[in-house]
Amino acid sequence: MNKWITLALAAALLGGCKDDKAEASNKQQAQVESKEQYFPLQSYRSGPYAAGGTGFFGGFIDYLQLINARDGGVNGVKLTWSECETEYVVERGVECYERLKGGLKGAPPAAFNPLSVGIAYALIDRATHDKNPIITINHGRTDSTDGRVFPYIFPLSLNPYSEVSAIINYVGEREGGLEKLKGQKIVTLYHGSPYGKETTPILDLLAKKYGFEVVHIEVPHPGNEQQAQWLQIKQLKPSWVILRGWGVMNPVALKTAQKVGFPTDHVIGNIWSNSEEDVRPAGEAGKGFLSITTHPSGREFPVLQQIDQYVLQKGKGNMEDPKRVGSVYYNLGVVNGILNVEALRVAQKKFGNRPLSGEEVRWGFENIDIGEERLKELGALGLMQPIKLSCADHEGGGAIKLQQWDGQKWVLVSDWIRADRALLRPIIEDSAAKYAKEKNLTIRDCAKEI
Amino acid sequence: MLYRHTGRVIEPSALLPVREERVLAALVLGLAFALPLWGSDYLFSAILVPVLVLGLAGLGQNLLTGYTGLLSVGSAAFMSVGAFATYNFALRVPGLPLLLSIALGGLSAALVGVLFGLPSLRIKGFYLIVSTLAAQFFVQWVFTRVSWFSNGSSSGVISAPPLAIAGIDLSSPGGRYLLALGIALVLTLIARNLVQSSFGRSLMALRDMDTAAAVIGIPIVRNKLLAFALSSFYLGVAGALWAFVYLGTVEPHGFDLNRSFQVLFVAIIGGLGSITGSFLGAAFVVLLPVALDHLQALLFEHTLSSGLLENVQKIVFGVLILLVLIREPQGLAKLCSRLRTKLRSWPFAD
Repeated sequence: MNKWITLALAAALLGGCKDDKAEASNKQQAQVESKEQYFPLQSYRSGPYAAGGTGFFGGFIDYLQLINARDGGVNGVKLTWSECETEYVVERGVECYERLKGGLKGAPPAAFNPLSVGIAYALIDRATHDKNPIITINHGRTDSTDGRVFPYIFPLSLNPYSEVSAIINYVGEREGGLEKLKGQKIVTLYHGSPYGKETTPILDLLAKKYGFEVVHIEVPHPGNEQQAQWLQIKQLKPSWVILRGWGVMNPVALKTAQKVGFPTDHVIGNIWSNSEEDVRPAGEAGKGFLSITTHPSGREFPVLQQIDQYVLQKGKGNMEDPKRVGSVYYNLGVVNGILNVEALRVAQKKFGNRPLSGEEVRWGFENIDIGEERLKELGALGLMQPIKLSCADHEGGGAIKLQQWDGQKWVLVSDWIRADRALLRPIIEDSAAKYAKEKNLTIRDCAKEI
Repeated sequence: MLYRHTGRVIEPSALLPVREERVLAALVLGLAFALPLWGSDYLFSAILVPVLVLGLAGLGQNLLTGYTGLLSVGSAAFMSVGAFATYNFALRVPGLPLLLSIALGGLSAALVGVLFGLPSLRIKGFYLIVSTLAAQFFVQWVFTRVSWFSNGSSSGVISAPPLAIAGIDLSSPGGRYLLALGIALVLTLIARNLVQSSFGRSLMALRDMDTAAAVIGIPIVRNKLLAFALSSFYLGVAGALWAFVYLGTVEPHGFDLNRSFQVLFVAIIGGLGSITGSFLGAAFVVLLPVALDHLQALLFEHTLSSGLLENVQKIVFGVLILLVLIREPQGLAKLCSRLRTKLRSWPFAD
């Protein structure tokens, strides 16, 4: 009996191999004929960070659906996508990358958006080798801003250094000028992970420059107990606390701040401490909490209303909980969608209205130039900042707005506040050069890029 | 595979006593080394390399837990020592060959392993778990805390040194696979010979009853520490491969307690006290979730919400592990050796 099973298995294997080959040649043919552009989505909808994953990828997918439903794709090229669950785990992310990078039914992949620092790091070598852009909007490796060393990595809109610099600029504004920071004390409460530590050197540098004292206090992952840290903060009596949190650490920080009697309106949450999911669990303690954002929440923006009209009302929305449409994570997904699609548009202008290769899409990203005018056309004025990228600059934005939690929703309390990017650029270039030396990379000459 | 065992003189310590098996092994090996000629990137980067590397880590765990009977949940810590040491050797000693820096990384892990193995001289079983748990947390803390180890990288993430041996670039998926395969093969053969040697048997004597082993003159202190060193060396090399050959980068968080458990599960599912088992266990742990994922994409795409499916998949994975362990408590290796015995007599007896 067993032998028949063995034989059957062997036959199936052989058959499978044969099919593979046939498929491969089909694929090549389809690549030429396909009129679709593919978005490989390394999403995460389960695991500890599911709130971020479902919101972000929900917004992203809904925007892609809008482009298909309203415009019939980008200049006639339909957008397709498929998901692969990463659970925010690096190995799963790598497996997904390898699985999806071949495209979908002949449609070539445009860009990867893993929304995970760890996965993005693991993809740097692979993606550069395969010529696939990796988009790490509002996060990622700071020195990948230097596109000469990291040609395929894009920490769009706000890298960690800009984030901190802009926060300090806001604090200066509140205190009545950056020179007033002298002698002040600022505490940064950070998540004990690479992400949390990323900005330590830059805060030290800014402290030296403006003459304030900075105290770094670590909260070990996951951060559901912070009594000791906040008692220390209480003793230090800082004028401001920068909360560099992630996940459950955020609401716990707010609750503990209230318990020890530190005013939450002098706690500034960073870009990953700024969602509804971060403050709602803190209840009353969250009231007055400030945080930064590059993309206000809310549904009043025209692009969100069009998503409502073309996608949500047709019952095609991606969010399981429609109430989360317009939340911080969702809107970040929409902004990410806008930037990805805009890159396609820019690249199509140069390469023709057809599905593009990763290298061509990269060119598209590097030549994105969205001004106020274009933002209005996109229906995203106020939802995102004007952004201009180049071969050397893969960030392009570097501005934040401050929002305050009123107990129910976020209320904007500032205009765009810019980071001191001129100050940061040399540090970024140094760090990138060090990386290039470690890896024996040749630095791209941007003057030769067209 | 039509061959018989009966009527032949079998040398018990020989690697492959039967000629047909030697032929088969040579064929499989030849195939394995020729694979880069036609294999796809996905096959190498997502399937074969992680199986090989995790298998090697499982082997390290097996040497300690399966052969010497010392329970440890600090494997990931030793892996991270290997990874970070390899990185620093490659970075700070110019011109150091890749293989040498990986070996030095393994040796550093062995040193740390001996250090954390010291408590094993006095405590056993569950108590030893606590001491290895300390290694797990301490090492991770050090690498997050001291930025020298990551060459001042502000986030503590390190990236792979250039992968090349004697001027041959191995950074392509096929090259990475060959590198992992070569190292895993050599180390596996060494491990196999070690456990068959008198040293290996003295380890097993320790495992089965250390008092009796002491009575017959086996040096307990030396052998326990050697077992820790050996196991940590394997784990260190596996850690370096995991970081640089498989992922290309690593952060201290990548070697957390979950990774330790994963390695322990590889050893348990594969079969404690078995070398083949380590690789079978790794294949099971790496491939089953991927297979389930593919299957689900095939069957339920667009019909159920993906978040729900993801959780169902976890349940299925857990149930499958339970089933395997209930059906075969001695692990996949035992299953395999039963198959081998059957094949030897097939088709004349069933």
